[in-house]
Amino acid sequence: MSENQQSLWQFMIEQSDKLLNQTLQHLGLTFISLFFAVLIGLPLGILIARKQKLSGSVLAFAGILQTIPSIALLGFMIPLLGIGAKPAIVALLIYALLPIIRNTYTGIVGVDPSVREAAKAMGMSAKQILFKVELPLAMPVILAGIRTATVINVGVATLASYIAAGGLGEFIFGGISLNNTNMILAGAIPAAILAIVLDGLLALIQNLNFKKLRKILIVVPVAILILSGLYLLPKAYGNSLTAGFTPEFMGRQDGDLGLKSVYGLKINTIVISDAVMYKAAFEKELDVISGYSTDGRLKAFDLTILKDDKLIFPPYYAAPIVRESSLKKFPELESVLNLLAGKITDAVMTDLNYKTDQLHQSPEKVAKDFLVSQNLFKVSKNSKGGIVRIGSKIFGEQYILAEMYKMLIQGNTNYQVATKTGLGGTKICFDALVNDQIDFYPEYTGTGLLVLLQPNAEFAKKIAHDKNQTYQYVKDEFKKKYQIKWLTPIGFNNSYALMMRRKQSKDLGVYTITDLKQYLDNNK
Amino acid sequence: MISVKQISKSFGSTFAVNQVSFEVLEGESLILLGTSGCGKTTTLKMINRLIVPDSGEITIHGKKIYEEKPEILRRNIGYVLQNNGLFPHYTVAENIAIVPKLLNWDNKKITSRINEIIEKLHLPESYLAMFPSELSGGQQQRVGLARALVTDPSILLMDEPFGALDNVTRSSIRKEFKALEELKRKTMVMVTHDIHEAFELADRICLMDKGEIIQIGTPKELLYQPVNKFSEDFLASEKLSLAFKVASLNDIWDFLPASDHETPNIISSTENVWDAMEKLQTQSRLGIKNESGDQKNIDFDQLTAAFSQYQKNPVS
Ligand SMILES: Nc1ncnc2c1ncn2[C@@H]1O[C@H](COP(=O)(O)OP(=O)(O)O)[C@@H](O)[C@H]1O
Ligand SMILES: [Mg+2]
Repeated sequence: MSENQQSLWQFMIEQSDKLLNQTLQHLGLTFISLFFAVLIGLPLGILIARKQKLSGSVLAFAGILQTIPSIALLGFMIPLLGIGAKPAIVALLIYALLPIIRNTYTGIVGVDPSVREAAKAMGMSAKQILFKVELPLAMPVILAGIRTATVINVGVATLASYIAAGGLGEFIFGGISLNNTNMILAGAIPAAILAIVLDGLLALIQNLNFKKLRKILIVVPVAILILSGLYLLPKAYGNSLTAGFTPEFMGRQDGDLGLKSVYGLKINTIVISDAVMYKAAFEKELDVISGYSTDGRLKAFDLTILKDDKLIFPPYYAAPIVRESSLKKFPELESVLNLLAGKITDAVMTDLNYKTDQLHQSPEKVAKDFLVSQNLFKVSKNSKGGIVRIGSKIFGEQYILAEMYKMLIQGNTNYQVATKTGLGGTKICFDALVNDQIDFYPEYTGTGLLVLLQPNAEFAKKIAHDKNQTYQYVKDEFKKKYQIKWLTPIGFNNSYALMMRRKQSKDLGVYTITDLKQYLDNNK
Repeated sequence: MISVKQISKSFGSTFAVNQVSFEVLEGESLILLGTSGCGKTTTLKMINRLIVPDSGEITIHGKKIYEEKPEILRRNIGYVLQNNGLFPHYTVAENIAIVPKLLNWDNKKITSRINEIIEKLHLPESYLAMFPSELSGGQQQRVGLARALVTDPSILLMDEPFGALDNVTRSSIRKEFKALEELKRKTMVMVTHDIHEAFELADRICLMDKGEIIQIGTPKELLYQPVNKFSEDFLASEKLSLAFKVASLNDIWDFLPASDHETPNIISSTENVWDAMEKLQTQSRLGIKNESGDQKNIDFDQLTAAFSQYQKNPVS
């Protein structure tokens, strides 16, 4: 534990530049969106307090907005606003809206009617009543709403990194992908502290008496504005092309770190989620992205892979990895899973992915069509045997594979199947397997080596480029360490790849990563 | 002068106020009296346009109240509410300064006038920086009154101004109120459901029931010439103590014995019998002086004897 703490501390010191940047961005994002949420929510709250007939529908609408899952909301924003700060701010603002509207409304409606009547009877105009009586008296309630909104925003802002808006989510999600606890904590702890500190500060203000509140109220908007400004600070754009890399890619030796050390690539980089990265490249928000070589979107968005001429991306051959205890429990499982072994090439996988991602066919249909074409499909026996639990990570290819395995098991054995698809990143999926929450899931040799086993860098480098050595090593080590068996690889190699728009690649004459480096060096 | 002609107001299907007319003369205090829900508040609020009548007409100093902006109208009419309606987020001083600020008085004038008014209302200067929540109910009510009086408006509207107070505070504050120089010149309309309060403070009483006026008249007229059974029954239970209150010492002057036992405690013959009786609880004799300077010195028994004589044939 103490060792762990120390190394967390070391990690934070080591990454203090990034940490400070991310924290400032996080604060900035939180407060810019809060600022706009107040700008919109406060007048709306006042309006519905005046016209109470509207209150039901406005509050219900703001309530519905708030129930949209954050990731989905961020996803919706991309076609409208692209990636980066704008959509993130709008999404955060939408989440902050409900507590502000609702509390403004409640606060104003809750003002003692005899005070309001006295104000009117003394000859105050409607505007004077609003600004001198209703708003000041509702202020503690409104501040409570702002407080809730702030805490929500600090939390949701961690997701902003999905769409390249920065913030502490870069560490958190990078850490989850990389199975790097220190990295997760380096993002999560400051985010939690921010939430607690801001909550505490606003609680203090909210509980002040009227006399002190009056002075503070001038300070609050100024503070919000200044804090909003923080977001603009860390932006320093350099050269002509912009890269968008996933948080996972950013922290990996066989990712951004390798690009820097082996190729000496210096490109202006923003961190973005895999879910929106391809589209952003297509829409020219990004020029270079870190994709996967079998991704269907490669085909859909007409992207091309830059050749890894210095071989920094290790092979990622997919194979099901299964608990040995499960293989004992389900004796027929291994042979059934191996039915798929060697059956799917890179091109086939890209095509299958294209069908789900772009043609919006269900993974089920795509899986079934493929099995039928390979004469592997058998109608489910609908048996009542033991339940095999299949896991998958949260992207299309894994869904398809999970469906195929499901059909194979149901058609060939007496087992029943439960699928636990969408288990987030590698770490979540793998933890589920180790902790006996699932029986197997498809994993990639490169991931097994570099993310899960993490042997020393020297050794990893040596074997990482040989597909057989890598497979043998992970197979042996998983058996020893985790009692997990790697079955025969499925065939395709879903490795990392740098991609560009095909047209841009041609226009710039950039076909390899070395070409890219040279282009960047020449166009500073 | 306030003139109310045939005003009516209904909320949904209930007639809160129905065809009500009355006049309040310059410097007069008219009290709207009646049980809860009879339409007193509604009537009062129509005078400063907090409520808009369905029909009828109200003029103040001969001018229709709908001819000017409601804010302007209200700034020139003092208004006191039952629950005082003080701004909880304003200090006492700021509360009192609300209307002067709306009228754009300069700060110096506001300060000096605030000091003047709180002195008259027996509010210590140390209260000025306090918030209403730090004061007792009686003190809050005084602040509410100070707030209504600070600009010295010629008209004052009051809705159960003592209603939220306990009985003891209530009668003592009422006495002070009655003695206030500041109020003597005011044209006042006040609402109450308390018969004694009405009889102590009113020049004329307007007795209401179910949104309509039953009788308007001086306290004596109401007591001795009720227009109908409702009027009579309304006062029946309090009739004797009200009789003490409506009879002035002048009224019973002729029945008082002349006497030469001088006493240092002298009151005017315009005071009522009730007050004189109260004074004779704590002292054995009382000197009464009338307008022409004659003085009679009496004790409690002589006072009650004279009152019984008068009661046989009261004049109204
Ligand atoms: N805003 C309102 N909405 C509906 N009914 C009202 C409203 N104000 C008063 N009333 C009704 O009008 C009648 C007279 O009310 P009010 O003038 O307040 O009586 P009072 O002051 O004599 O107690 C009552 O029946 C009351 O319920
Ligand atoms: Mg009332």
